[in-house]
Amino acid sequence: MSFSLEEIYETARMVLFEKLDIRTTTLGINIKDCIHSNFSIFKDRVYRRLVKNGKKLIKHAKQIEVKYGIPIVNKRISITPISMVMETHAIPRRFIEMAETIDSAAEEAEIDYIGGFGALVHKGMTKTERILIEILPDVLSSTKRVCSFLNVGSTNTGMNIDAVNLVGKMLLETAKKTPCGCGCCKFVVFVNAPEDNPFMAGAFHGPGEPDLSLNIGISGPGVVRSVVEKNRDCNLTELSEIIKRTVFKITRAGELIGRELAKKMGISFGIVDISLASTTAPGDSVAKVIEAFGIEKIGAHGSTLAIALLMDAAKKGGAMASSSVGGLSGTFIPVSEDLGMAEAVGKGALNIEKLEALTAVCSVGLDMVAIPGDTPAETISALIADELAIGIINNKTTAARIIPVPGKKAGDKVAFGGLLGKMPVMPVNKFSSSNFMKRGGRLPSPITGLRN
Amino acid sequence: MAKKLLFITVIGKDRKGIVARISNLLFKKNINIEDISQKIIRKYFVMAMLVDIKEANCDMEKISKDLQALGKEMGLIVQVQHENIFKMMHRI
Repeated sequence: MSFSLEEIYETARMVLFEKLDIRTTTLGINIKDCIHSNFSIFKDRVYRRLVKNGKKLIKHAKQIEVKYGIPIVNKRISITPISMVMETHAIPRRFIEMAETIDSAAEEAEIDYIGGFGALVHKGMTKTERILIEILPDVLSSTKRVCSFLNVGSTNTGMNIDAVNLVGKMLLETAKKTPCGCGCCKFVVFVNAPEDNPFMAGAFHGPGEPDLSLNIGISGPGVVRSVVEKNRDCNLTELSEIIKRTVFKITRAGELIGRELAKKMGISFGIVDISLASTTAPGDSVAKVIEAFGIEKIGAHGSTLAIALLMDAAKKGGAMASSSVGGLSGTFIPVSEDLGMAEAVGKGALNIEKLEALTAVCSVGLDMVAIPGDTPAETISALIADELAIGIINNKTTAARIIPVPGKKAGDKVAFGGLLGKMPVMPVNKFSSSNFMKRGGRLPSPITGLRN
Repeated sequence: MAKKLLFITVIGKDRKGIVARISNLLFKKNINIEDISQKIIRKYFVMAMLVDIKEANCDMEKISKDLQALGKEMGLIVQVQHENIFKMMHRI
């Protein structure tokens, strides 16, 4: 046989017992050419394009799942940042109508989330973008499948603090309009946002992208944990090598499936995002990988080193496996969506300050973090700005998905439902940053941004 | 016509008739067995079959579904995968 039985068993085992799957196939769709001065025609064009391509994605993805016996968990769409196509229709009501159009297109095509209802405001905001941000609470509360993002800074431009200040208020308002504040789960604020990220809620089809592009997000915390558990006594150099080899294999699976799916659909293949992505399923947890390293609970001293090691090994293995690594390609540590992370918060092992430190060495930021509903808007903005400053200075993507849960205090339990998971509400610092944040303006781009 | 090769992986407790019943199902579907290998790995009985489905009388989805149903009946896990996935994961 051309493969040993051990090799065949290894692949089968990863899928059957260790939850290896393709976490997401995300089809990026350009909608710039749908623009029309008649808003009804414009909406209709967007609807048709999304439904047609969405259905095509679902059909072909199902065939590939059968061929390789690997589940493709999510099939999603990202679109051109909505503010770019709404400039000539910048009326709040029209933003809502467009969001509803996209929402019904997603439903019709059986796509669970469509990302891109956001804007790139890393240097400044147009009038349209300001209107968009103000109307986001209504968009996020009146639609089910529409996801939103803002890119509020980059290493080259610095950080738009005025936009960050709007985000704090916007999140509080969104939270009030949705059960447990879950509308906030559909919004991500970034710096250095990649234009080809396949992961929700922050996916969008950037202005540098072609008409259609297929991006893949692989999974694999379960596979990595299993291999770490089998190698309890090796040193860190050996551990890194073992992880590297494992991530190589799972990335190759992603690369194969992505390329073949793109070819079948007759479109260009975008990128493989090699992020290790957790789910709420037991065993599919990045926190549990860290525990398998020998750390009692994630958040304990040593956790930053452990995540750094994991992250670096994953990147090295992934980069060797695919010539199209892109997107976020870090390691996700969402709190509510990762059973081990939520558990660590409950046991007092992990607090928001340590979480922030962990994000300095991995992707992608303060992700799915529930905070008390009475947190002042300025404090939320400052919490976000801290996280984003890490990205600006270190020339990497960082992001925040913060949920101020109405009526809940630190330590109360909150469940967002399904894949969004549950967690105890995390306490935030009680002291005010209000006078600092009120200064507004723009954080200048750091000296590391001057690379020409 | 070029061969269309799949790997069938069977995992579970060893028992009589595994090879016989799977081979019989493949025969009925006009699928040729190219190679077969089995052993005990970490307490599991593991068998892999390399089969060519170019002349099969049904599509891959049906093959996969029927094999999995047979596996369930016999208390075994059956996984069917195109050979390309093994090439990608295990060969540089």
